[in-house]
Amino acid sequence: MNNNPNDWLFEITPKNKFFSLNFKEVWQYRDLLFLFVKRDVITVYKQTVLGPLWYLIQPLFTSITFTIIFNNVAGINTGSIPPFLFNLAGITVWNYFTACLNGTSDTFKANASIFGKVYFPRIITPLSVVISNLIKLGIQLVIFIVFYIFYYFTGSTLTLNSSLFLFPLLIVIMGVLGLGLGMLISSMVTKYRDFSYLVAFGIQLLMYLSAVMYPMELVKAKLPNYGWIVEYNPLAYIIESTRYMLLEVGEISVLGLSYTLTITVVIFFLGLLIFNKTEKSFIDTV
Amino acid sequence: MEKDIILRAENISKQYRLGEVGTGTLTHDLNRWWHQIRGKENPYLKIGDTNDRTTKGNSEYVWALQDINFEVKRGEVLGIIGKNGAGKSTLLKILSKVTAPTTGSIKSRGRIASLLEVGTGFNGEMTGRENIFLNGAILGMTKKEIASKLDAIIEFSGCERYIDTPVKRYSSGMTVRLAFAVAAFLEPEILVIDEVLAVGDAEFQKKAIGKMQDISKGEGRTVLFVSHNMAAVKSLCTRGIILEHGKVAFEGEIENAVSYYLGGNAETMNSRTFGNEYDFPVFKLIEISLKNYGRNSDDVLRENELIILNTKLNIKINDPERYHITYHLNNEMGEAMFSFSNAGSFSLKNGINDITCNFPISFFQSGQYFLSLFIVEDSKQPIFIESDVVAFTVVDAGRELGTYMGREPGYIRPQFEWKIQ
Repeated sequence: MNNNPNDWLFEITPKNKFFSLNFKEVWQYRDLLFLFVKRDVITVYKQTVLGPLWYLIQPLFTSITFTIIFNNVAGINTGSIPPFLFNLAGITVWNYFTACLNGTSDTFKANASIFGKVYFPRIITPLSVVISNLIKLGIQLVIFIVFYIFYYFTGSTLTLNSSLFLFPLLIVIMGVLGLGLGMLISSMVTKYRDFSYLVAFGIQLLMYLSAVMYPMELVKAKLPNYGWIVEYNPLAYIIESTRYMLLEVGEISVLGLSYTLTITVVIFFLGLLIFNKTEKSFIDTV
Repeated sequence: MEKDIILRAENISKQYRLGEVGTGTLTHDLNRWWHQIRGKENPYLKIGDTNDRTTKGNSEYVWALQDINFEVKRGEVLGIIGKNGAGKSTLLKILSKVTAPTTGSIKSRGRIASLLEVGTGFNGEMTGRENIFLNGAILGMTKKEIASKLDAIIEFSGCERYIDTPVKRYSSGMTVRLAFAVAAFLEPEILVIDEVLAVGDAEFQKKAIGKMQDISKGEGRTVLFVSHNMAAVKSLCTRGIILEHGKVAFEGEIENAVSYYLGGNAETMNSRTFGNEYDFPVFKLIEISLKNYGRNSDDVLRENELIILNTKLNIKINDPERYHITYHLNNEMGEAMFSFSNAGSFSLKNGINDITCNFPISFFQSGQYFLSLFIVEDSKQPIFIESDVVAFTVVDAGRELGTYMGREPGYIRPQFEWKIQ
């Protein structure tokens, strides 16, 4: 037994240190993170007939709808790429972002009953959302590959770009951006519910500004005065780059991606900062 | 000795804002933030009323806890006692890191696990087995730890047959059993337990209390136990802290703490002065109070002294002799014990009646009692009935150390005349 009177194991104080993401603590709770992911994955479609097939139905039907509306009716030109595949690529990646943002932005509100009873590093919860959505994304990518092969053998000219190995990095940026933004919003939602309404329709609007169903250059060409809105949207670069890597369509902008990466890092740390500040006493205001 | 202190709370205070969140809070938030960036103190920390739920305060901020200081030694079982709203739960929440204190700090030399509620994070769609792992992990166990205790947990819960069935198919009792079983196998250095844990049927309750006793006594764990149940507190704890209006009112040996608490409880209840609640054309009830002979009515009612019941009422009509008063005495379970009345002793008179009724020494057992008042007309027709108009608590203050500490059976404890030839 140590006789030093100051050998306290830990101290509970009113405020956290500025950046106090305790990696050691998160590591101690890694089993919980794993179990949360497992829970999310196995419980989502329990007591449904189609089960995990729903993971596939969502992007497929959205892509079909987009193809009919934007390509057939509105006449957006996707070049030599089949419009369906063009849309599916964008939607798959976009869905990952929205799932991360939606899932993390109500972290405190949705888990108030658990958080109010037991302590564990709160960041485990949003982390588990981002990871379990990664599994969902994996399944959705499989269906993308299936259609890719189908179009490849039915005569479409499809080529993978050599930068494809960077695709996982793109997904990580997408996830971290969703996580950061989600943590930021979840902290504000605890006291002011206004933000949850903002997210609900904000995500929809954001999709139209993120080059999901059109190539970026099309906006620049058609709306020279407003194209900058899309150009300043970090998400648009990720979607555009995804299509470049998977379908070799559009462009990959190093400058744009660096910009996206910077914004992601800033938002993530800002989110982490606010999240840490909030987790200490959110239960009083939620 | 300093090194034996496993937990120390220093000047813990917690402020809450009352009322709803709206534009007012936004103004305060902005003002607070403005003070903060200029390096000034939070302007709302200075104001705030003490935590008394019955009185109307001036401020919209309230101190749920104020300057709480205490130390817990290794292996000690500390009881935290207090009335509803005294700040017990707030203190527990701070201890279990669910919310942070407004000021002050808690220092600890051990891992704290808290059981504020069993079954936190249970997911109805998952099976019992899956939930054991999930719940255990939420409570801070690793997968390996849980796996090694899995069989013991399942056996303790008594839910073996249903362990691979989704929890939503469980009866509520089974869910609680399973949840408690997980919690019972936690092994932190410091365990914080809320009394609500003792749930389920009688058999399981016994098992749960027994397990808690094992944890605190047998295994030498440091435990903080919060409860209203004085019997449980007395049997489990070694030391007690009494919280009153968010402040520590008493700290010491558990026996003394319990009698202080019961005494303090009785203080506010043994008498009642009425305003216009019971003002009728026939009479007006003014006051009902109980006290020991020679003591004030705000003192504790002692079992081993004469107890005087005093009833004050104003009779406003001209034929007061037609009326008499009857009391029904109920025990804390609501069971009627007996009734007594002034009929046959004397008649009521016009104007203020100050009536006393004396109970002999050691007539009541220590415990809580309720009086229901009846005003009866012509010995047959009650014109006024008020149930549980006064509650009073009799305490066993005179019990010397070293004598039998438990409670005698029954509700009354009359002193009969004994003789030896």
